Amino acid sequence: MAKAEINWAAIDADPRFQALHKKKLTFLWSLMIISVVYYFLLPIGAAYYQDLFKIKVWGPVNVGILFALSEFIVAWTIAGIYAQRANKQFDAMAAEIIKDAHNIK
Amino acid sequence: MNLKLIGGAAAAALLAAVSTLAFAGAGAVADEYKWMTFAVFGLIIAITMYVTYWAARQTHSTSEFYAAGRSVTGIQNGWAIAGDYLSAASFLGIAGLISLYGYDGFMYSVGWLVAYITVLLVIAEPCRNIGKYTLGDILAFRNHPKASKTVAALSTITVSTFYLTAQMVGGGVLIKTLIGIDYHISVIGVGVLMLAYVVFGGMKATTWVQIIKAVLLVTASILLVLITWGQYGFSLPGFLTAVIGDPKVQAQVAKLVGDAATTMTPEELGQRFLEPGLFLKNPIDQISLGMALVLGTAGMPHILMRFFTVPTAQAARTSVLWAMGIIGGFYVLTLFLGMGAAINVGAGPISALDKGGNMAAPMLAQFAGGGADSVLGNLFLAFVAAVAFATIVAVVAGLVLAAASAMAHDIYVGVIKGDRASPQEQVMAARVSSVIVGIMAIYVGIAAEGQNVAHLVALAFAVAASSNLPAVFLTLYWKPANTYGIVAGMLVGAIAAIGLVMISPNMTYPKAVLKDADKVLNGEPMQPAKEAVPAKEASSFMCELFAMEGCVASAPAKAAAAEKPAKPGAADKLVALNAKLATLTDAKDIEKVKKDIAATEKAKKKAEDDMQKFAGQTTSMMGLEKPYFLLKNPGLISIPLGFLVVILGSLLFRDKRSEEMWDELYVRQNTGINAEGATAH
Repeated sequence: MAKAEINWAAIDADPRFQALHKKKLTFLWSLMIISVVYYFLLPIGAAYYQDLFKIKVWGPVNVGILFALSEFIVAWTIAGIYAQRANKQFDAMAAEIIKDAHNIK
Repeated sequence: MNLKLIGGAAAAALLAAVSTLAFAGAGAVADEYKWMTFAVFGLIIAITMYVTYWAARQTHSTSEFYAAGRSVTGIQNGWAIAGDYLSAASFLGIAGLISLYGYDGFMYSVGWLVAYITVLLVIAEPCRNIGKYTLGDILAFRNHPKASKTVAALSTITVSTFYLTAQMVGGGVLIKTLIGIDYHISVIGVGVLMLAYVVFGGMKATTWVQIIKAVLLVTASILLVLITWGQYGFSLPGFLTAVIGDPKVQAQVAKLVGDAATTMTPEELGQRFLEPGLFLKNPIDQISLGMALVLGTAGMPHILMRFFTVPTAQAARTSVLWAMGIIGGFYVLTLFLGMGAAINVGAGPISALDKGGNMAAPMLAQFAGGGADSVLGNLFLAFVAAVAFATIVAVVAGLVLAAASAMAHDIYVGVIKGDRASPQEQVMAARVSSVIVGIMAIYVGIAAEGQNVAHLVALAFAVAASSNLPAVFLTLYWKPANTYGIVAGMLVGAIAAIGLVMISPNMTYPKAVLKDADKVLNGEPMQPAKEAVPAKEASSFMCELFAMEGCVASAPAKAAAAEKPAKPGAADKLVALNAKLATLTDAKDIEKVKKDIAATEKAKKKAEDDMQKFAGQTTSMMGLEKPYFLLKNPGLISIPLGFLVVILGSLLFRDKRSEEMWDELYVRQNTGINAEGATAH
């Protein structure tokens, strides 16, 4: 069985895996923090900055409506940024390690 | 062969039961057009039954039953996630909230999409890489298998039961309001159909039922938005100008803001509909709900389970991207559906049929097709009603499958059999568990008739966020996490979430109910004019959360109010209305007064029932006269608590297996080496 041959601790210690782990972790945390902060700005703004939300900018369209719509755009953008980075970089880095998995001792 | 016969028989029996009761009661659909609704219903049932028959022939192994053989593509899974997630509450409920409260309804929808960021970034791919069928499998990877599978199954069944109860009761009421089918028949019908999908077709049938439902839902919404928004040349300011200039919208805002309306111009009233604060009054409660959504979705067992149906982590990623596109796009459409209903139907007629506004989208459909007397209008209504029905069945099927997999795979196979069950035995256990959970869902649906279950959806998310998410997240990303922390954290998180809700404003407090009923029956005395009151701040942050002794609760500012005349009781009101009716000659006025009489009689009946039901009671089922915990959602406290206990438990006790398995888990969740593969088909 191939499963038994893999030395997980060795892969974990491998510089290529460590590089993937570090890149991924910082990237994921930054995206996560940005999206959570941006999301909670909406209820906070709606409750404590009503005067700002009420400013009309485009006919009856006010800051509040644009801000709520921007939540969708930001969510989609973050998802898009993650997918692009994962497809381009993380998958390739992981593929390198997978290819070599049985030889890392 | 056998399966086809049973499935066919179930469908035929259901159709027969439904058609005999077709004209049983009143609903949004007029009697003469009900055949249309049933024709569309029949068509959807026929298609899904065919899909189930097709899926049943390919469902033999455990992996096929629980995970559709891991052969679902990313795009298909994205649609299925949307179908699984967009329950009737979000389809009809959010459109309804927007139609009644404007901006706040739209703001409410945002969290349901942002939740998928967490799913995408931290949950979907790692879970696909190390998981098999259930939440328990993920936790058991490095924690003690039997202990973690037991708590995971308990939590999965708890979360699913809350969500399932809300769906069954909500679905029964909805079908009754829409087409007037008896509540019990609706619940049994939904239950039997869902059982047919799950038991025979497993995950494959469930997936396709969810895809079909999501496609129907999106089609219906796009069609309605094209018609309602198209009139305004697809201009956002143009459309919203019509909204704020609409007298029905202005009247609704005037009703909502109360005394403050007297000093506002009609334009200001209309514009107020596009500003926050008409519905969501407590920002701390919103943040609490937001936390439950953003972290709870990623811990929902029926959503987690969907990631085991795709062949690779990359496909899991694709499926979340598609799901986010569909779900987010749908909520943006809902803005137009809700506002469109507000100007074309009006808040009055919408809330007359259903107080929560659930009938906004169906009534808009009827209007868009040409109104209540037109064939096309009723065809549209029939279509939306059928989509609502498909929605309930699809969501319920996903939940039953999740709960059944926890029971069969985690408890029976994992804990009782110690993972030594033959493949045939495993599939049998899965099917038997599905039947048990399905029957339980039908029973709960009937037993909970008339209960207020809306808060159970939020509670399900809160438990998932306080119990499942901390355990999964820390197992995947935090090396010191171990069995002790996971077991303790999951139990404490879940118990805290449930316990806080039991003492929250969601429960029924007899004193308040009796007071309201008394107001309806005996009227209110005259109220003298009041001076304006500035907003009060709570004496401390804890006082915002708990009704502790010595606390001053926060209160919003109140505008000055003019003297209010005494309000008559229901009996006096009826006498006055009937006297007025006798003097009227205009058909329209007579119609209006008759409606008022019907509404007053309904309110009187409800107040009398409440008086009888709660006579002599002073405390809630927890022995409280009024809520002790002041938020409706417990997430703000129970989520950090769940995380904290997992961390403390892991640091205080040592577990060798959790430590030894870390390297393998961490490498595998990041690379997908040795991940469960697709079965050939």
